[in-house]
Amino acid sequence: MKIPLLLLQAGIAVLAAPLVSGFVRRVKNALRMRQGAALVQPYRNIAKYMRKEEVVSETASWIFRWTPSVVLGSTLAALMFVPVFSFSLSAAGMGDVLSLFFLFSLGRFFLALAGLDAGSAFGGMGSSREMFIASFVEPAAVLAVAVVAAHSSSSAAEPLVRSMGMSFSGMIAAASLFMVVLAETSRIPVDNQETHLELTMIHEAMLLEYSGPSLAMLETAAHAKQLIWFSLLGAILWPWPIGSSSGLSAVACAAFFVLKIILCAIVVGLTEIGLAKMRLFRVTDFLGLAFLFSVLALVVSGLGY
Amino acid sequence: MFFLSQNSRWCFDPLALFFLGVIVVVSLPSLLFSAGYLRRQFSRRRTALATGLTALFVISMAAVVASANLILFLFAWEFMSLVSYFLVVFEHEHEASVKAGTIYLVMTHVGTAFLLAAFLLMHAQAGTWDFEGIRTAAPAFPVGLKNILFGLFLAGFGMKAGIVPLHIWLPYAHPQAPASVSSIMSGAMIKVAVYGILRFIAGMLGVPPVWWGSAILVAAGISCLVGVIYALMEHDIKKLLAYHSVENIGIILLGIGAGMIFWHWGWWVLACAAFAAGLYHTVNHAVFKGLLFLCSGSIHVATGTKDIEKLGGLIKRMPQTAASFLVGAMAISALPPLSGFVSEWLIFQVFFAGLRDAASGGKLFFAGMMACLALTSALAAACFVKAFGVAFLAMPRSRAAAEAGEVSLSMRSAMIFLAALTVALGIGAGLVWKMLCAVAASFLKPPPAVWDGLLSGSWGLIRFPGTDACLRTPMIMLALSAGIAAVYAFVRLVSRKHSVTVGRTWGCGYYRLDHRTEYTATAFSKPFRIAFGFFLLPYRKTEKIRDSFYHVKEFSYETSTTPVFKRYLYDPVVGGLFRLAQYVRGFQMGSIHWYLAYVFVTILVLVVIFGRP
Repeated sequence: MKIPLLLLQAGIAVLAAPLVSGFVRRVKNALRMRQGAALVQPYRNIAKYMRKEEVVSETASWIFRWTPSVVLGSTLAALMFVPVFSFSLSAAGMGDVLSLFFLFSLGRFFLALAGLDAGSAFGGMGSSREMFIASFVEPAAVLAVAVVAAHSSSSAAEPLVRSMGMSFSGMIAAASLFMVVLAETSRIPVDNQETHLELTMIHEAMLLEYSGPSLAMLETAAHAKQLIWFSLLGAILWPWPIGSSSGLSAVACAAFFVLKIILCAIVVGLTEIGLAKMRLFRVTDFLGLAFLFSVLALVVSGLGY
Repeated sequence: MFFLSQNSRWCFDPLALFFLGVIVVVSLPSLLFSAGYLRRQFSRRRTALATGLTALFVISMAAVVASANLILFLFAWEFMSLVSYFLVVFEHEHEASVKAGTIYLVMTHVGTAFLLAAFLLMHAQAGTWDFEGIRTAAPAFPVGLKNILFGLFLAGFGMKAGIVPLHIWLPYAHPQAPASVSSIMSGAMIKVAVYGILRFIAGMLGVPPVWWGSAILVAAGISCLVGVIYALMEHDIKKLLAYHSVENIGIILLGIGAGMIFWHWGWWVLACAAFAAGLYHTVNHAVFKGLLFLCSGSIHVATGTKDIEKLGGLIKRMPQTAASFLVGAMAISALPPLSGFVSEWLIFQVFFAGLRDAASGGKLFFAGMMACLALTSALAAACFVKAFGVAFLAMPRSRAAAEAGEVSLSMRSAMIFLAALTVALGIGAGLVWKMLCAVAASFLKPPPAVWDGLLSGSWGLIRFPGTDACLRTPMIMLALSAGIAAVYAFVRLVSRKHSVTVGRTWGCGYYRLDHRTEYTATAFSKPFRIAFGFFLLPYRKTEKIRDSFYHVKEFSYETSTTPVFKRYLYDPVVGGLFRLAQYVRGFQMGSIHWYLAYVFVTILVLVVIFGRP
C-alpha cells in the first residue's frame, strides 16, 4: 500500500516542480514591474526541448549520454525521502535525510563528470565551481539538519516533521538551510539562473553542451531538486500541519504544503531581487555564515530552546 | 627462539580473523593483477623476485595480525616493514624510489622504536609477553603508565597508518612501489596499524579516559582534511591515491575515536556501533583503494605515465578499466548505494548520536567532527571528479594516451572482482554490519543485554542502534535503478522520432578545439587552491625571455604549493640532526692517539665511579 502512494507522490511532485520555478520568476518579474513570461513557461521550455533533435559532442562518452537519466533518476529517488503530502512517507524506511544529501551528491558527481566529458573549457569550469561550492554547502547543510533532528530525537525524515514543534533553534537552523537552498538551487547570490554569461555561470556551464531531450531531463531534475529543498525548508521552519497525528485530511495537508512552498518561493524571489551576485571566492564567506548559523542553532538547542 | 616456546603463539579471535580477511581480500586480486602487470614491466627474473617478495609481504602481515605475544608481533612487524621497504625500492634504478625508500625506512623504524618502548614497558609491568596475560593485567596498570603507553602506541601505529603529521612517508613510498604492491600497502598494510591501535589501545588497556578518544578524534579530523586537500592538489594519480589513504585512515579513526569516548561514558551500544562503523570503513577502504591502485597500475602500463595532465579520453580506449575506476571513485566519494556511502553514513550516525546525547561541550565537539567529515566527503567527491574526468574523459592530452589499449585479462579480472566486491559491500550492508558489530563486541566485551540492541536488522537493513535511523541499501539501489531506467525509457519513447546528431563541441566560433583548450586538473583545483591558500601557501613562478622590450620570445609558468609539513616540521628536525652530527664529528678526528686517550679516560671514569667496594 505504501509503495504505490510513494510513487504517486513522487510523480505528482515531479510534475508540479516546474510550476515552482515559474512562480519564482513571476514573483521576480512582478517586483521588477515587468510583464514577464507566463507561469507555465518552464513547461513550455521542457516541451520544446523534448521536440528538438539532440546534438552530442564527438568527444563525449557514455557518461555524457547517461548522465541526464542518472541525475533525474537519483532526483526521483530523492523525492521519495521528502514527506510531500499528507501520507507522511519517508521512503518506507529506505534511509534518512543524510541519504537524501548523498543522493544529491550522486547526481552532482555525474553532472560534473558530464561537464568535463565534452572537452569544452566552459564545462570544466562549471564542474570545478559546482564541486567547489558543494564542498562548502555540505557541512552547513548536514549540521543544520542534524541540529533539528537532534531536537526532535531522530535523523529520519519522517519523525523530523512529525514530532517537532516550532522551536527557536529550528528557526536558526532554517536560516542556515535557507542559505544552503540558495546555493543548491543556483540562485543569486551564489549563481544566477537568468544569465548565460560565460564567466559567471556555474550550473548552466555544466549543461552547456546538452540539447534536446537530455536538456529537458536535466532541467526537470533541477526543478524537482528545488522542490525538495523548498519542502525540506518548509518542513523545518513550519513543521506543524504535516503528519498523520494532526488529524487533518489529506487535502488540507496538501493545501498547507502548497502554501509553504509558495511562501518559500516568494522569500527566495525577494532575496534574489534584493541581492547582487557574489564573486566566486566570496561564496565561501556566505556559506561560512550559513555554517555559523548551524553552530548557533546547536548552541541554542543545547540551551533547550 | 624462546618466544616460540611461549604458551600462546597465535590467536585467531574475531578481531584477528577480520583483519586476516581484509588482508586476503586485497592481496589475492593484487597478486592476480601482478601476474599480468609485472610481466609487462620487468624481466622474468625480476618478476619472480617481485612475486616472491609480495608473497612474503602478505605472509608477514598475516603473521602480525595473528600473533599472540609481543615478541612474535614485533618480529613479524619488523619483517613486514623490511619486505615492504624492498618492494618500495624495487625499481632501484630510479633515484626517486631510493629516496622514497629511505624516508620510509627511517619513518617506519622511528615508529617501531615507539612500539618497542611500549612493549618493554608493558612487559616490565605485567611480567609476561602474552597478549592474554597483559590483557588481564593491563587494566590495573598505573594511570600515568597507561597514558604513556597510549601516547607510544598512537605514535608508533600512527606512523604506519599515516596520521598527520606522521604521514610524510606515505605519498613518497606508496607510489614508488609496483601498483600491485601499492594496492596491498594501501589496502592492507596501513590497516594492520589500525589493527594495532584496536588490539593494544582498545583491546588491552581497559576503559579509556575521555581524552584518549578526543585525541584520536582530533588527529583523525586533521588527517581527513589535510589528506583530502593535498590529494586535490596532486596530479600524479598514485600520489593522489596515497593522500586519499591518509584521508580514509582519518575516517576510520573517526569511528574508533568516537567509540572510545562512548565507551568511557558507558554507552555500550553506541560504542560497539562506533567501532563497527570504523571497521566497516576499514574493509571498504581496503577494497576500493586496492581497486583504485590497481586501476592506476593499468593506466601506467597502458600509457607509461602517472600524470593525469597527460591523460584523457581513456574511457574509450580502456572501457573496463574506466568502469572499474568509476566504481572505486564513486565508492570513495561516498555515493549511494556503494560501500563507502554505507560506512560514512554510519559514522555520520555515530556523530549524530554524540551530538544529540552528549553534554554541552561534547555536543559542539561532535558537531565539529561531523562538519569535518561532511567537508571531507564533499572534497573527496570533487577530487575524484577531477581524477576521473581528467584522466578518462574528453580528449587525450598526449600521444601515449591516444594510443593506449585495454590491459590483459588477468589485470582486468582482478579489477572487476574488486569492483564487484565494492558493490556487494554496499548492497549487503546489513549482513556485513551484523558481523562487524559482533567483532566490535568481541573485544569490547559489553554486558550481554547490549547484544540485543546491536543485532536487530536483516541482511538488507541497517538499523543504527541509538538513533533508530534505518538504511536499506537494496531499496536505494532498486529505487535508483528503477528511476534511471524509467527516465531513460520514457525519454527514448517520447523522442524516438528525433535524431541524435554527433557534432563538434561548441568552441565559441573556433572550428577546432584540441586538447590544449580542455580544462586541466590544475585549473580544476584552482578554486580549492585559493580557498585553502592559508594552508597550502601556493606560489607561482613566471619567467619571460625577451627578444626586445616589446616582444616576449618564451614564457614559462610554474605553479605549486608549499609542502608545509616538510618545510616547517621535518626539515628543521633533519637539519638539527645534521648540525648535531657535525658537532659530534669534532670528537672523531681520525687520530689513533686521541681515541686511545678516550678509552683511557672512559676507563678511569668508570673505575672512579664503580670501582669502590
